[in-house]
Amino acid sequence: MFGYYLDLALRSLKRNKALTVLMVLAIALGIGASMTTLTVLHVLSGDPLPGKSGQLYYPQIDPQDIRGMDPSKEPPEQVTLIDGLNLLRAGRADHQALMSGGSVPVQPEQSSLDPFYVEARYTTADFFAMFDAPFLYGHGWTAADGEAKAREVVIARSLNDKLFGGANSVGRTLRMAGTSFRVVGVLDSWQPNPHFYDLNTGSYAYGEQVFLPLQTMLELRLDRNGSSDCWGNGGGGVGNILPSNDCVWLQFWVQLDSPAKAAAYKEFLVHYSQDQKALGRFQRAPNVRLRNVMQWLDYQMVVPDDVRLQTALAFGFLLVCLVNTVGLMLAKFMRRAAELGVRRALGASRRALFAQLLIESGVIGLVGGIGGLLLAMFGLWLVRQRPSAYAALAHLDLSMLFTTFVLALCATLLAGLLPAWRACQVTPALQLKSN
Amino acid sequence: MKLHPILAALRKHKAGTVLIALQIALTLAIVCNAVFIIGQRIDRVNRITGLDESNLFLVSQQWVGAPNADSADGVEKLDTMQREDLAALRQLPDVASVAPINSLPLLNSSWTGSVSHKPGAQLSGKDNTRTAYYFTDEQMLSTLGVRLVAGRAFNAGDVQHQGFRDQRDRPIAIITRQLADKLFPKGDAVGKVMYTDGSNAPTTIIGVVARLQIPSTSSQGNDFAWYSTLIPTRLDANFARYAVRTKPGRLDAAMRAVAPTLYKVNPMRVLDDDSVKPFSDIRARAYRADVGMAILMGVICLILLCVTAAGIVGLTSFWVGQRHRQIGVRRALGARKVDILHYFQIENLLIVGVGVAIGVLLALGLNLWLMSHYEMTRIPLPYVLTGVLAMLAIGQAAVFVPARRASNVPPVVATRAA
Repeated sequence: MFGYYLDLALRSLKRNKALTVLMVLAIALGIGASMTTLTVLHVLSGDPLPGKSGQLYYPQIDPQDIRGMDPSKEPPEQVTLIDGLNLLRAGRADHQALMSGGSVPVQPEQSSLDPFYVEARYTTADFFAMFDAPFLYGHGWTAADGEAKAREVVIARSLNDKLFGGANSVGRTLRMAGTSFRVVGVLDSWQPNPHFYDLNTGSYAYGEQVFLPLQTMLELRLDRNGSSDCWGNGGGGVGNILPSNDCVWLQFWVQLDSPAKAAAYKEFLVHYSQDQKALGRFQRAPNVRLRNVMQWLDYQMVVPDDVRLQTALAFGFLLVCLVNTVGLMLAKFMRRAAELGVRRALGASRRALFAQLLIESGVIGLVGGIGGLLLAMFGLWLVRQRPSAYAALAHLDLSMLFTTFVLALCATLLAGLLPAWRACQVTPALQLKSN
Repeated sequence: MKLHPILAALRKHKAGTVLIALQIALTLAIVCNAVFIIGQRIDRVNRITGLDESNLFLVSQQWVGAPNADSADGVEKLDTMQREDLAALRQLPDVASVAPINSLPLLNSSWTGSVSHKPGAQLSGKDNTRTAYYFTDEQMLSTLGVRLVAGRAFNAGDVQHQGFRDQRDRPIAIITRQLADKLFPKGDAVGKVMYTDGSNAPTTIIGVVARLQIPSTSSQGNDFAWYSTLIPTRLDANFARYAVRTKPGRLDAAMRAVAPTLYKVNPMRVLDDDSVKPFSDIRARAYRADVGMAILMGVICLILLCVTAAGIVGLTSFWVGQRHRQIGVRRALGARKVDILHYFQIENLLIVGVGVAIGVLLALGLNLWLMSHYEMTRIPLPYVLTGVLAMLAIGQAAVFVPARRASNVPPVVATRAA
C-alpha cells in the first residue's frame, strides 16, 4: 500500500509543478536558515572538555575594598596575585592551577625566520593534567621546577612544526624575550572551544603556542595581556608592568572530583576570606562563588547575543514557511475533494485517505529536508567566510545532520496533519452529487 | 461592491483564510523587528567619530628588550626611544603630522575613568561622568583632524610624559563639547576645573573640541560614546602607538615607509602585518559584526516577503481555479471583468487587513520580548506603520496576477458542464 500511495503522491505533486516547487522551496529555506543558525549556536555553546568539565571549578572570592560594596553583587571574575598564590599553595583541591595570558617574542635560531610574537599562557604545573592537555612528546614541568622559576617551556604542535620541523624537540633550546628556555614538552593539537579558562583573550578559536611557568614569567616580567580590574589605588597591568595587589588579573582553576569535595572547597573559600579579613587584607564579608565550567560559561554569557538573535529569527522564519506550506497543502488537498470522495465511496477508510495524504506531505518534507540540508551547508560555508573568531568552527556534525532531517520531516508531517485531516472529513455522497 | 458575498465565500474557506492571515501577521511581526534591528545597526555604524578619517593611519609597535618602565630611569629611556620614533616619522616626505596616542576611536582598546566637579569623588559615585582618555601631544588635533571650537590647543610646553602605570596630576585637558555640556551646561567650560578619577588635584579645561568618539564600540560604551578627554602626556611603556596623517593621496606610500624607517631608528622591535593599518581598516573591523548582522537580517526579510507573496499567489490561484464556474456564472449575469478583479482584490485586502491587525500586536509583543532578552529599545511607530503599508502593498501585488486570470474567465463557462 505504501508503494501505491507513494506513486499517487508523486503523480499528484507532478500535476502541479510550480506549487510543489514553492512548497519544497519554502521548507528548504526555512530548514536551511534554522539549521545554519542552530549549528552555529550548538558549536558556540558546546562543552569545551566533555566528560571533564563537571569536575573543573572556578573559585571567586572578593578582595575589594569597602567602597561601593553591595552584598548582592558578584565577586570579581579573577583573582589577585597574592590570593592566587595563597590558594595555590593551600593545595586543597585535587588539582589547581593559577594562570594568565600574554605574548612573548620568539627569536628563532634559523636566520631565515624573523622574530615573531606568539600567544603565551603563564601557568602552574597542574594545568596540563587538570585540563587533559595531550602531549605529543615529553611532559609538563614539575611543581618544584615551577617554583624554582625554571626556564622551561611546553610548546604547541604548530610551533614545533614551524621551528623544529615537527621533530621531537624535547631538550632543545628556544629563545624567547632574550632568554633561553628548554623545551620539556610538545602538546598535540589542542584547542578547547570556548577558550573557557580565560575568556578575556577572546572566547573562540584561540590557542596558545607556548606555555611557561607563571613564576618564571613573574621574574622575567614577560608581557601579559587580558583584563585587569583594580580598585583603590590599584593600577598597572599593561605590557611588562605587573598589576598591583589591588588588581585582579589571574585565573585560578581547581579540579574537585566529587560534589562533596566541591562543597568542602566552597567552605574553605569562606574560611579563607574570613582569615584574610581578620588579617586586615580583606574588608568585605566573605562573598564566594564556585562554578563549574558550564556554569561559568553560562554566567559569562559567552555565546554572542547576535548569534542567539539570529537563531530566534531563523526559527520565526521557519514558522512562517510552515504556515505557508500548511495553507498551500490545504488548498491542494481540498481541491481534490472530489477524487477523495470517489475513493471513500469505493470503500477506502478515512484512515487510508489520511495515510495517503500524509505520505504526500512526507515526500515534500523529505525533499525539502534534503534541500534544507544543502542550503544549511551553503549557509555554514557563508558563515565560515565571515571574519568572526568563531566562523571557522561552523561545521555540521553528525548529530546536527540527524537533527536537520528529523526537524524537516516532523515539520512537514505536522504541516500536513491539518490539511490531511480536513480533507478526510469530506462526505462522499455530497462530493459525488455535486459533480 | 458589497462585502457580504466576499465574507460569505471566505466562511467557506475558513482554514485557508486563517492561515494566510496568520502568515501575514507573523511576517509583519518578524520583518518589522528585523528592519528595526537593521536600522539600529546602520545608525551605529554611521556614527561620526569626529576624525578626518581619510589619509590617517595608526602604527602600533613593541620594543624587544626595552627598559623597565617601573623605574624613573627606565621611563626616561623609553621616552627617548619614543621621541626618536616620532622625529623619524615626522621627517618622512609623505607625512603631514604624527602624534603619539594610546588609542583611537573604534579601536576598542581604551583607558576609561571618570570626571567630576568635586575633588576626591569616588570612582563609582553618582555625580561622576564616565570618560575615555586620549594621552597624546601637541600635534594631536592636526593629526586626527579634530576641530577645536573653544579655548586653545596644546602647545609643546604643555606636554609631559610618564610611565604607563604612574599616577600623575593632570593640570590641563581638552574635552569634547558633549562632555563640556554635560559638566557645564551653561557652555562656559573653558577655564573651569574638573577632577579626574577621584583625584584631589584640579584639571583645568583649556579647550573644547567639536566631537571625538571614545575607543570602545561595545554596548557598555554607548552611554558615554562622545565623552572623551585629551591629556597632553606621552605614555612610556615597552610599546607605543603613533597616529599618522599623510599628505593627501599619499597614504599607501607613507604606510610603506613606516617599517623601514622605524627599523632604522631601532631594529629591536616587532612590527607585523597588523602594526600599520589605515583608519578605514579600524573602522571596518569595529563594525564588521554589525554590518554582517544587518546584511543577514536584510536577506532573511527579503526571502520571507517573497515566500509570503508566493504563498498568496499560490492560494489565490487555487481559489480562482476552484471558483472557475461561479466566476463564469457571475460574468454571464452581467458582472464586468473589473468587478471580478475587484472582488479578488477586496477579498485579499480584507484578509491582509486582519493579518496586519494581528501582526501589529505580534510585532509589539515580539519587540517587548526582545527588549527583555537583548539590548533593544521600543520599536518606533513609523517602523510598524511602514510595515503595515508594505504588507498591504505586497498582498495587492501578489493577488493581481491570479485576479486578472479570474477576470479573464469567459461567461461561456457557465453554460458548460463541470
